[in-house]
Amino acid sequence: MEQIGEFFAMGGYGAFVWSAYGASALVLGWLWVSSLRRLRLLERDLAALGIAPPGGGRKGENVP
Amino acid sequence: MHRFANPGRFIRFANTLLPWCAGLTGVLIAAGLYLAFFVAPPDYQQGESVRIMYVHVPSAWMALFIYVSIAAASAVALIWRHPLADLAAKASAPIGAGFTFLALLTGALWGKPMWGTWWVWDARLTSVLVLFFLYLGHMAIMNAFEDPVRGFRAAAVLALVGFVNVPIIHFSVEWWSTLHQPSSVLRMGGPAIHPSMLWPLLVMALGFKFYYVTLLLLRVKSELLDARRRARTYATLDAA
Repeated sequence: MEQIGEFFAMGGYGAFVWSAYGASALVLGWLWVSSLRRLRLLERDLAALGIAPPGGGRKGENVP
Repeated sequence: MHRFANPGRFIRFANTLLPWCAGLTGVLIAAGLYLAFFVAPPDYQQGESVRIMYVHVPSAWMALFIYVSIAAASAVALIWRHPLADLAAKASAPIGAGFTFLALLTGALWGKPMWGTWWVWDARLTSVLVLFFLYLGHMAIMNAFEDPVRGFRAAAVLALVGFVNVPIIHFSVEWWSTLHQPSSVLRMGGPAIHPSMLWPLLVMALGFKFYYVTLLLLRVKSELLDARRRARTYATLDAA
């Protein structure tokens, strides 16, 4: 149990280490999620407008 | 190269690669984090704070790598007018800006306990801050024009003009006396760090690289879909 405490304390530098990793996770995570979300919205918009996407559907159907 | 100027062909190519790139990203970063926290030893001087290195250095490497990629894409766009080159530059800039921000932030978080300061105007830190502003400028100028083609062209010129900053950043720790330490990996004579620290670093760096490739494919695909949507929308308006 103390080992988990030690792990989070990082020899006294815990605040610095975990802030660094936390910020990295936040920034990289946010970029990933927002990029994916934009793609989904565009795919949905194209489908709603009845436009076949270039390259066909996700499984390659409806290639224009 | 020009085979992939066809949006359909590129998207099919991207769809094939994406699951593999995404998977590799996850595996490599997971492995890198495990190595960074459970295999790499604490430093004899810096203790556990040295673990910040395993996100700081890969972020900095990506900040530079992505800028070089944007500069290459910009040259291709300006010289050969390859349609995907502009889109690759547009898709890359926010990712590069993100990594540059992280390099600066994690560097400050490492610098405060170890070197006694969040920031210093030495050559390395200052030139990386300039890099951050170049990324922001690239994104801003690309969106500043009504005509997207002019935006692409202006951004491409900015990227190439700013390229001189890349060797300045790399050699800053040699040319000037800096608080930031000299190169320990990419240097004449090979890496100067122990394998127990080098391997976590390289695995994280590779994971970050695949992260960039995955997002790049995804974002270029989005740009192509967006272009298709706009083209059809305008065609409808024209016909009306």
